[in-house]
Amino acid sequence: MNEPKTAFDEQKIRDKFLEENQLFLSPDPAIMADHGFGPRSATEEAIFKKGMDPHLANEVRGRVLAALDESNTMIEQMGAAPGAKWGDMAAAIFTAQGDLSMIAPYGVFAFAGACHYPIKFIIKYWTNEPTVGVRDGDAFIHNDSRYGGIHNTDQSCIMPLFWKGRIIAWLSATIHEGENGSCEPGGMPAAAESKFDEGLKMSPFKFVENFKIRRDLLTFLQNSVRDPKLQSEDMKVKLHSVLRLRERVMRILEEFGEEALIGTLRKNLEDVDAEVRRRIRELPDGTTRVAVFPDSTLRENVLMKWSMAVTVKGEKMTLDMRGSSPEFLNRSINTNQASTKTLILSDYLQNIWPDLQPTSAVMAPVEILFDERSLLNGSFDVPQAMSLIPLFKAMTILTVPMAKFSYMLPHHYTAIAAPQYDQPATMIYGGLTQNNENVGNFCADINGNGQGGRNYCDGEHSLCPPFAAMCDIGEMEITEEELPMVRLGAFTLTKDRAGFGKFRGGSGYEQIVTSRRTGFWGFMTGCTGSVFTPTLGLFGGYGPPVYPLCKIRNVDIFEKLKTAPQNIKFDIIDLMNNRPVEGATYSTHDMGMTFELAKPGEVYMICQGAGGGYGDVLLRDPALVAKDLEEDLISPETARDIYKVVIDPATLVVDEAATQALRDAERRARIARGKPFDEFVKEWNTAEPPEHLPYFGSWDNPKVIYGMSGGQRVKMDSDKIVSMFMPNPKDMKIAELENELAQVRAQLAKLGV
Amino acid sequence: MKVLVTENLRINLDTELWECRHCGVELISARENYKRGLLVYNRDPREIHKPLLDPTRYKHTYSPNPDWCRILEYYCPKCGTMMETEYLPPGHPPLRDIEFDIDALKAQWKDREEVVEPTLGEAPKRKSHSHAGHSH
Repeated sequence: MNEPKTAFDEQKIRDKFLEENQLFLSPDPAIMADHGFGPRSATEEAIFKKGMDPHLANEVRGRVLAALDESNTMIEQMGAAPGAKWGDMAAAIFTAQGDLSMIAPYGVFAFAGACHYPIKFIIKYWTNEPTVGVRDGDAFIHNDSRYGGIHNTDQSCIMPLFWKGRIIAWLSATIHEGENGSCEPGGMPAAAESKFDEGLKMSPFKFVENFKIRRDLLTFLQNSVRDPKLQSEDMKVKLHSVLRLRERVMRILEEFGEEALIGTLRKNLEDVDAEVRRRIRELPDGTTRVAVFPDSTLRENVLMKWSMAVTVKGEKMTLDMRGSSPEFLNRSINTNQASTKTLILSDYLQNIWPDLQPTSAVMAPVEILFDERSLLNGSFDVPQAMSLIPLFKAMTILTVPMAKFSYMLPHHYTAIAAPQYDQPATMIYGGLTQNNENVGNFCADINGNGQGGRNYCDGEHSLCPPFAAMCDIGEMEITEEELPMVRLGAFTLTKDRAGFGKFRGGSGYEQIVTSRRTGFWGFMTGCTGSVFTPTLGLFGGYGPPVYPLCKIRNVDIFEKLKTAPQNIKFDIIDLMNNRPVEGATYSTHDMGMTFELAKPGEVYMICQGAGGGYGDVLLRDPALVAKDLEEDLISPETARDIYKVVIDPATLVVDEAATQALRDAERRARIARGKPFDEFVKEWNTAEPPEHLPYFGSWDNPKVIYGMSGGQRVKMDSDKIVSMFMPNPKDMKIAELENELAQVRAQLAKLGV
Repeated sequence: MKVLVTENLRINLDTELWECRHCGVELISARENYKRGLLVYNRDPREIHKPLLDPTRYKHTYSPNPDWCRILEYYCPKCGTMMETEYLPPGHPPLRDIEFDIDALKAQWKDREEVVEPTLGEAPKRKSHSHAGHSH
């Protein structure tokens, strides 16, 4: 029997009713799926019909950039968050429709790149909503990455720019604030098992009216976090930097007129879109592929496939992320597709086409494909507090498949480089300071990732974070004034822990920290890559090693330093292998550590990581190997065993003939031990992931997804993925110990004890 | 006409073959996976990323766990240059990381000049300052 047809008008009425009576304005799927920019407005169309003078646009662009730079500097100078002080922030300007047109030259691209989502939400839902509305003098706050953003530590202030009674642009300021009232201090809780453990979850709402912050809302927000001073101060900082930006842009409007500004903002988008399409057309048609395997949920070790296939056909580029790991219902490392896309935008702007104007248009010609309920396209309900784990990959990994497309070109837009170290290796802290203030945040060491080796030289050491080129690692003296944390030792570059290659990756540095003058203090770390190498090499270079967390506990290092400081060398390898602090407990751990209380004088140690190596180690200039040895970046064993360079240990002079002989021998040895590919894969390939691996994602077929739920392996079609549910690691440990206990009891019973 | 594809590989558009850029040996058809023309070795990652902490005392030593992570090293069968490395879980099928449309590539390069040497960039200039008659 046919279903009775609904009359057209009745359907229309029903749709209208549902639209006007939406129960909950969750993130709008149409907004969140659109990473490009919209069509011209009628005003823009009229301006372009008349003709937009490129010289005028250039002048206006320069003036807006200067204004953005000033606002960015204001945030940096006045911001209270550690992130703001060392560059983890951005000021940006958007078109009236909410498309990102320009950001401050030293700002974090991704912050601006994520803001168009909440702006479009505000335009769509609050403009005509009688209980909200958008008026001159209003500003909106937002932090929930489900509505656009990277993670919930980042708070944005968004303001419409009115001119002669109508909105002609949107302005924003964003800071990585850190503390947000989550279940662990610092705003990035690895322990979050649901989104309700993540702390503040601000959908875009109005917190400023008539240019003033509403005190009731400010109080509510302060009441929701551990650091009410930080919350208050930085809300004011962001508002006032946006207000300054507003003033400066209004001066531009007075001088050049509104058509010049509107036309320039739009022209930025269209020019970049055209240029990106031209650059894609230059590339060969085809597909390049890459996969990496993050090794921890930050609660337990697992292997999660992070897969990307880049396909170019004409002026179209497609990034296919299908076949990646499924999402986790009760782990914090998921992210959503808008966040993933925003960090891929950041990868294009930082590593592939850094000469382009950072706008929404960079990604407009790029289509991105995801499985539903995947780690990279998590659903609304999964926790995303440590989304940085998959997102740091998104910021760096594009260099590998793009290098394989672009190496051949007659000209390059930047260096061809191996990926930068791709984990947030920093101590996250929380507790009561020596000034009796509750705090929770992270250290600016997150900004010191080593760069990958380049096609003409080595990678830079501890250069910058993968999400921004201009952030700094901070001044420890300033940190120690505010926090009871003490940095032991200098920022010493790691030795023998770079990606080896013809051009080696830049090294990271050692972070050795402790605390004093506090009765309540603790640390956490949120990194993968302690079991499986995190970062790839390129064109025959090796990746970096894996990095553990090392601890020296049950001791007050300051007491030991009073009596015998000469015995203690602040070098992780020396401390752990030689154990100069007697009576202490030494241990190594995965770099994923949930919040843990630390007594004063206990020592926690991690490394900022190194970039991947570029090219074959045997092609490295022996003189560069000798230089690495002289600079204490490598040991004589690495020079000999990895680079096959013979160097006099006393004079550091290279023996050219002996080196040539050693390298020739190694080439012969490679040919002798290598197997032809077809023969090799017959022995190597397995039909499924090995039983002993807790593996998540596709194996050989991207349409078949493996996972584990409740401790058992599952196999799913990629269009029917279900969220993974992980058992509590403590329950697993208890079960393991109970099992051991039962065995021991059985043995004792046998012995009649 | 030869097209440089990586630091180590090129495609000869006339013969439609992958070639080693270091010794010139012809590897396999450009329409095939280039890895099929190479030798592969399953490397224990502890040999490259050596334990820096005492493995008798510590579980984590800065070396990858060889039961979880292996390094596939790809060598040129003639000159032994390491063309690629691939970090994989044991048994995971190697990726076909480069797959070009050779007909489209030929059409694209028909009007381009051959690039014999790769275009290299240069390190950004360091800021220097001058005083007392010298700069550094």
